[in-house]
This record gives sequence, C-alpha cells and structure tokens, in this order.
Amino acid sequence: MWKTIFRRLLLMIPQIIILSILIFIIADFMPGDPFTGMIDPNIDPAQLEAQREAFGLNDPLIVRYFRWAGNALQGDFGRSFNFQQPVTAVIGGRMGNTIRLSLLSTIFTYGIGLPLGIMAGRYNETVFDKGVLVYNFVSFAIPVFVLALLMVWIFGYNLNWFPSRGSVSISANTTWEIWWSRLYHLLLPSITTAILGTTSIIQFLRSEIIDAKVSDYVKTARSKGVPIQKVYTKHIFRNASLPIASGFGFTIVALFTGSIFIEQIFNFRGMGFLFLQSINTRDYSVIFVLVMFYGLMGLIGTLLSDLILMAVDPRIRID
Amino acid sequence: MAVERSLLEVNNLQVGFRFGEVYHNAVDGVSLTLKNNEILAIVGESGCGKSTLATSIMGLHDPKNTKISGEVLYKDLNLLDLNEKLYNRIRGNDIGMIFQDPLGSLNPLMTIFNQISEALEYHSDMNEEQRKARVLELLNQVGIPRPEQIMKAYPHELSGGMRQRVVIAIALANKPPIIIADEPTTALDVTIQAQILDLMNDIQDETGSGIILITHDLGVVAETADRVAVMYAGQIVEEAPVEELFANPLHPYTRSLLNSIPHELESDDDELHVIHGTVPSLQKLPRKGCRFAPRIPWIADEAHEEDPVLHEVSPNHKVRCTCWKHFHFEGEEK
Repeated sequence: MWKTIFRRLLLMIPQIIILSILIFIIADFMPGDPFTGMIDPNIDPAQLEAQREAFGLNDPLIVRYFRWAGNALQGDFGRSFNFQQPVTAVIGGRMGNTIRLSLLSTIFTYGIGLPLGIMAGRYNETVFDKGVLVYNFVSFAIPVFVLALLMVWIFGYNLNWFPSRGSVSISANTTWEIWWSRLYHLLLPSITTAILGTTSIIQFLRSEIIDAKVSDYVKTARSKGVPIQKVYTKHIFRNASLPIASGFGFTIVALFTGSIFIEQIFNFRGMGFLFLQSINTRDYSVIFVLVMFYGLMGLIGTLLSDLILMAVDPRIRID
Repeated sequence: MAVERSLLEVNNLQVGFRFGEVYHNAVDGVSLTLKNNEILAIVGESGCGKSTLATSIMGLHDPKNTKISGEVLYKDLNLLDLNEKLYNRIRGNDIGMIFQDPLGSLNPLMTIFNQISEALEYHSDMNEEQRKARVLELLNQVGIPRPEQIMKAYPHELSGGMRQRVVIAIALANKPPIIIADEPTTALDVTIQAQILDLMNDIQDETGSGIILITHDLGVVAETADRVAVMYAGQIVEEAPVEELFANPLHPYTRSLLNSIPHELESDDDELHVIHGTVPSLQKLPRKGCRFAPRIPWIADEAHEEDPVLHEVSPNHKVRCTCWKHFHFEGEEK
C-alpha cells in the first residue's frame, strides 16, 4: 500500500508541471495585466511601459515561465502586485478563514445530510421521505447566488439574526470575543453552503439504502434471525455509505479551497474571495499559486478518496 | 412412525402483492406438509410463486405491500401470527434458508467468519472461542478446504461454488430442523451444481432435516427429492412421490414440462417441445377455472372443472382439475 501511495505521489509531479504550463498559457490569453487597472491620466504611459519592462511582463512566455518555475522551486512564489506582499503571506493570511468556514460547512452538511438520507432511505415512500425529496429538489435546483442572497436578505437584513458580511467584528478585542465573533459570522455562510451541499449525500444514501434493503444479503441476514435494527446498522448502512466514503477525500480537500461564490456574497475574506479578486486585478503571481494549489488539492483529494474507499471496502485493493 | 410426523404444515396459504390499491395473489391457496427427513421439491417455471412461497414461510415480506393469510404451522405455532421478535427466534434457528445467488446473498463487506458467526450470535450463548470452533466445523462440513484461511476471507475472494457452500453453512449454523433452499444451484455451472446437490443430500442424511427444495430444474428434482409438488400460477397442480411423478405424470402441466426436456433428437424432423404461451401476469391471471387451460387450447372446455381442486387419484398422488383425464399433446390423437 505504501508503495502505491509513493507511486501516486511521484505521479503528481508531472501532473503539477503540466498544470503549471497550462495555467501560464491560459493566463497569457487574458486581456490586460496588473497595470491595466492603473491607467490614470496623471501617469505617463511610457512610465507604465518601463514598469512592465522592469517586472519582465514583456518577456516571451517561455522566459517568464522558466523564471517563475525556477523561483517557485526555491520556495519563492513572487510578490502580489495588488497587495505588495509575498504571495505566500497573502494566501496564508486567508487560509485560516477558509478552513474555519469549510470545517463548519462540512459539519453542517453531514449533520443535515446523513440523518436525512438515512431516514429517507429507511422510511422511504412515507410523508417524511417525500418531504426530504422536495427539500432535495429545491436545494439542488436553486443557484448558489440566489440562495445566498435570500439568506442574507431574510436572516441578515430583515430578521437581523446574523451578520451578513465579513468574517469577524472589528469591535471584538479579547481572544474569546474574537472567536465568538468569528463563529457568529460563520453561521450564515456555512449553513447556506450546507443546504446546497446535502443534495448528493442525501440522494446517494437514500437510493443506496433503498437498494440494499431488498438485496439478497439483507434477506440472508434476516433469515439468520438478525433483528431488523441490527440488519440496518451492520449490513445496510455500511454498504450504503460506500459512495459517501469515496467522496469524503474531496470533502476534506474542499476545506482548503473554499467557495468562490459564498465568500464573494458574504464578503468573507477567504481563499475564494482572494481568487476572484486576483483575477479581477490580474494579480498573476497570486492566481498562479492559487490555481496550482487547487490543482494539487484535487490530486490529493483523489488519492485520499481512493485510500478511504480501500479502507472501507475489502473488494478494492490497489497494490 | 416418527418419520411420518409432519414437521411443517402449510394450510391454504395466500400471499398477495399490492398493485395500487388491489392485492393480487402470487401464492393462491397452497397447502403442503413437510415431513422429517425428507426433501420436498417445489417445481414450476419462473413467476409461478415458488420463491414467494419460500419467503413467506420465512416471514420476509414487507407487510406494507403484501397480504398473507392461511397458516404455516410449526411445533403447534402458526408462524404467520408471530411478531417480529418471536419470528427472529425461529428464523435461522428452526428454519435455515439458502438463496439462489451466492454472490449477492453474502454481505461483501463482512468476512466469512463474521457472516456465519452472526447466525450463531442470536440463537446461542456461545462465546467467541466456541463460535470459532463451530464455524470451523461448519466449513469442514460443507467441504471447504483450508477453512482457517477461508474464515478470514471476503466473499469476493471465493469462487461461486465456495460461496454457495458458505451460504449453506450459514443456513446450517444452528442445526435447523427445516431448511428452505431457493434455487440453490441455478446460479452455478453444471459440475458445481452436482457437487452442491451431493452436499445437500449428505447434509440431509447427516442431520435428518426436512428440506424444501425450490427449483425449476427437473433434473435436480429427480436427483434429490423424495416428494414433488408442481406449481403453476400460484397453485399446486400435482403432488406425488418423486418416482411416481416421473413414472406416471398426470396433470397436463407436469406432462408438458417433462415433454419439453430436450432429449436426443432422433431425426431432423424432431423438434424441441415447448409449452405455448407464458405464465399470465398476476393482474391478468384468471382466478376462475383451470389456470392451465389457456395454454392447452386444443383441449375442450368441458374437460376442465369449473373450480378445480386437488384430487387424490392414488395414495399420495394428488392432481388438480379433471382435465388430465382428457389431455393429449397437440397434434396427437387421444
């Protein structure tokens, strides 16, 4: 197994290199550069051109790529044009917020999804099950920005139960106050994320449980005289949770990548917010690192999912 | 005589499945007795209700969508009256069941040991050590080589025949007096089929259990059964000891079944005999008159009874309807 993991990790190296080349080429197609937004009648265009030359933006693509890659290999990912800080510092500053938001979202997603999916599957064709299905269709069909705006409008603006923007209140001073304020700010965006994220968990669990209920191994278990409650816990739920388990690797990885839409709408300063901001300001050095990071996380997520599935399903062995 | 005492008695069993608001009987008034130490085969084509009969004896039907009436008597208990808790004491302990598809009937995520041991957990107070010893004994009994290793294996690591042996071991775990085998050899290839049938014969000799063997394969019946009940469209149409049935089949359905077994063709004109039409679906099944009549249209309506019942035509040989007296194959002179 360790051999497999090692081989998979080695395989990531060429994948990451290909990804970086692709990002460079695609970014090159984007109109504008970090100085586009700074056009100002008071600045001499010749001066801007000199700056471009100084930052090496006029060099050919290949030259720029190898310069960047060479530095990146030494741990230097460059400076953000927009923030005038090293890229690692900019991203590091946002990561905490995103991890906290994603962690709480994940807890809510599984906290809502697992019980609803299990109950809907076990008691399918009941009024409860039909209610869950309606919820599922609505939450699947509603676009993220519509739901997020509705949540802000209802709970943030009209009812004023939750803060509708930001990640922490400026008036919070003590450690306790800061953490409480952070949690308070997290609730609305994370519940919104959770409502949108439960669809596949509920749908998979429900249909897997309904399938498992009439499967032959359940008939065998029941004909052994196993009480129905035990049939559910020992046979049905374990088998039904396989697709959920295989998706869990990606869920863990999503903790770090954050949500572009949710962070934007709730004005929540995390990775997703930073990503969109960097694209708008053509902050190449930040975009490169973020996309590389997302790509790496995707690869790690796949590996984690495979490992988790291997741990829960004896039929799957990679060696 | 002890052998003659009936072990399980099914009286006028009706099992109806719900289609919308109406129930249609898949098993329609079946009465059977299973004696100690005998193999009773239930034969019929797909959809005749034979598996439904088996699962309803085990009480495995969803009460929301099925309506069961009649009696299943075992040790002075009507099983159909039992609640889940009491039924669970019977299942696995007094009645063991063997299913058709040996891959599907084992939980893919559990080791062989855990699956067999689970059958012991709910019916005995054995500790882990004793259960392990019993599982080993069972695996030996069903002829599994290297049982120590196989115990730790998962179902997908075994071949079809081995899996079916494990399924049989599960059914045997608590030495049940009754075993119901639902098409135990259908999913296996012919050489393995023979091994499994031998195994079932051996088990029957060793344990003296009564076995209900459900099959559509008349070859299997001839090899293993003591008594045969032929089912058609939810009813038993003929019941006889195995030698009697093969030597002297009476009901048109039994005769058609036997006639349709492929045999060596003697000339090019020889054709494979088939039974015309198909088993009607539950909703379309005529509930009045002889249910086999539509498939032998060349027999005059007067030959059938209006409400056919089982007649005992000779000792232990029962036939439904009177049409057998007038039956001849199509194109054949009576």
